[in-house]
Amino acid sequence: MEDKKYILSILVDNEPGVLARVAGLFSGRGYNIESLCVAETTDPLVSRITMVTKGDTSIVEQIKKQLFKLINVIKVYDLTGTEHVQRELILIKVNAKPEFRAEILRIVDIFRSKVVDVGPEHFTIEVTGSEEKLSAILSLLKPIGIKEVARTGKIALSREAK
Amino acid sequence: MKLTGAQILIEMLKQEGVDTIFGFPGGKVIDIYHELAKTDIKHILVRHEQGAIHAADGFARAGNRVGVCLVTSGPGATNTVTGIASAYMDSIPVVIITGQVPSYLIGNDAFQEVDIVGITRSCTKHNYLVKETEELARIVKEAFHLARSGRPGPVLIDIPQDVQQKAITFKHPDKINMRSYNPTYTPNMTQLKRVVQLFRKAKRPIIFSGGGAVLSKASQELTLLAQKLHIPVTSSLMGLGSFPGTDSLWLGMLGMHGTYRANMAINESDFILAVGVRFDDRVTGKIDEFAPNADIVHIDIDPTSIHKNIPVHTPVVGDCKITLGLLNTLVDKEDFTGSIKGRKKWLTQIEFWKRTSPFIYNQKNIIKPQYVIDTLYELTKGDAVITTEVGQNQMWTAQHYHFDHPGQFITSGGLGCMGFGLPAAIGAQVACPDKLVVDIAGDGSIQMNIQEIATAVQFNLPVKVVILNNQYLGMVRQWQELFYDKCYACTSMDNTPDFVKLAEAYGATGLKATRPEEVEPVLKKGLSSDKTVIMEFMVEREESVYPMVPAGKAINEMLLA
Ligand SMILES: Cc1ncc(C[n+]2csc(CCOP(=O)(O)OP(=O)(O)O)c2C)c(N)n1
Ligand SMILES: [Mg+2]
Repeated sequence: MEDKKYILSILVDNEPGVLARVAGLFSGRGYNIESLCVAETTDPLVSRITMVTKGDTSIVEQIKKQLFKLINVIKVYDLTGTEHVQRELILIKVNAKPEFRAEILRIVDIFRSKVVDVGPEHFTIEVTGSEEKLSAILSLLKPIGIKEVARTGKIALSREAK
Repeated sequence: MKLTGAQILIEMLKQEGVDTIFGFPGGKVIDIYHELAKTDIKHILVRHEQGAIHAADGFARAGNRVGVCLVTSGPGATNTVTGIASAYMDSIPVVIITGQVPSYLIGNDAFQEVDIVGITRSCTKHNYLVKETEELARIVKEAFHLARSGRPGPVLIDIPQDVQQKAITFKHPDKINMRSYNPTYTPNMTQLKRVVQLFRKAKRPIIFSGGGAVLSKASQELTLLAQKLHIPVTSSLMGLGSFPGTDSLWLGMLGMHGTYRANMAINESDFILAVGVRFDDRVTGKIDEFAPNADIVHIDIDPTSIHKNIPVHTPVVGDCKITLGLLNTLVDKEDFTGSIKGRKKWLTQIEFWKRTSPFIYNQKNIIKPQYVIDTLYELTKGDAVITTEVGQNQMWTAQHYHFDHPGQFITSGGLGCMGFGLPAAIGAQVACPDKLVVDIAGDGSIQMNIQEIATAVQFNLPVKVVILNNQYLGMVRQWQELFYDKCYACTSMDNTPDFVKLAEAYGATGLKATRPEEVEPVLKKGLSSDKTVIMEFMVEREESVYPMVPAGKAINEMLLA
């Protein structure tokens, strides 16, 4: 039995309580949800849940089937190991004393990110990208002093055949 | 025409064919009760809401229909949770209607408010909080559809008081439209053809049937197939009755307290046709050593049951009855005389196991519980609906009563819930007024819902209760004897009430047997009464249930005595 990271994309009825039903299948087994992102799709009656979780293969396979069994779940896509694009957005509030401002802006530039809020003592930076990109910028900014971070969690869509 | 939510509910219940409700009133369902009283729907007033939900469960099983239970908010609702969990584990179609505080008070810790939808989310097939009267009719229709279709199960509808009171123009809901709910009834034919080839190859085949076979009413198809191909049959506790317990191919129950021959046979088999089972741990024993040489075909309507505990070779998603029917048709097209002949040795081997270890007990001067059940079986000629409580009484019943028909054996299998048997018997008796209904009980379990004797008496339900009184929480005591150095911590119940007087206090009949020669007369007298009867049998205190597979051991490692 090995633990593996899963990325699931789940279409559900856009109704109260549905998220609790989905999350309950994980929490009931003591499984942690690493990240979770929920929003309406183009159909206002349907929401997409994108979820990253880690767990034993056979158990996650079982959860996938049980997800599908929930009355409010319309489709379950397991994007793990399939061709897909994934993105995550992160907001980083970083200490921006005068002596560091130039260095920070250089990093922002290299990562093609944006400064979305500025103050005498801080910058807030918006970065989008893959997990690797996000951890790279975080590790560069860390020595300068990160005050706060907010991340969206992953969102993903499968790639269409070319 | 304008109808209130309460009136709409009643209208929809009638449309779903509901003629009986088990319930208990309260402030948040008073509007519903007010409307209910104007109809000819029968309401069975229980004495505790747990009784209502178990009765609805027993009614559903014995009557082959959806059971309905109606309770108030808060404590009324929470009192049903154990019964809902039991129905969920055993996939029983029940609809639970709970009153709720007015929607504008929800979340305010209002008087008798609980989030019953939150509480029961993991033990219902689905549940609803009705937020608008306009949604009510559709929700009721969906709830009944969900409860009875696919893999059945309990569905709860929580209705706030203002939703019950508001009047709207009522429109019958049209078709149900649930885009994501579409159970697979008809199996994949290619898969079935493969199964038929496995029948041919199998030298040591066995059929293993479970609650799914009972629920889908697949008995006839199952029996036909087994008899045609000369394949012996075993069942889980929940599957008892899906194959005639008096047929020569019957092996008895499988699992922890199953028969020696069933457990040996499954272990030695090279092919298992599993029909509507979930390979529960009480059946498989140590998973890694379960049926090591068998090709397993698993038929189930619920894809999540397949591969859950046991990896199977040929999964078949479909309704058991339809699938077995199709298998029968495929089998009829071919000649199996060769493979049937090749199975002589297997059947002889099974006959040998059967002779080595029957259920034995020695009836001397203290009543043996097994003897009570054997006598009950003989006196009823196997023609009764039997419910049980939980513990040794339940296992001895499964071993010693032989069930020929589905719906004849009603027990809390998955949850193993003490207090189930009496209210379930009440529900079964309401569903089958002309049948003899007997609850085989332990002295511990019966005290968990003994108050329902009052219900039986009030509604003239001639339910019979057989108490095997060992003055112990016997099954726990047995484990303490075998695995905990005989330290009987808190399992002795040597101050049980006088059940005869108790029965009389409720207006029922009470009978008691303390000596073996009294067993038959007491049973005869009790069974022939047209009243509610409690029959108490003072049995050997430290009798244990054998054979037994100790928890975690392989299924062929049985303790025989
Ligand atoms: C509600 C509930 N509580 C506790 C248990 C644990 N339990 C299983 S069997 C048993 C003993 C039951 O005693 P009794 O009804 O006298 O039956 P016996 O085993 O003696 O036949 C107990 C306590 C249970 N199954 N259900
Ligand atoms: Mg007892």
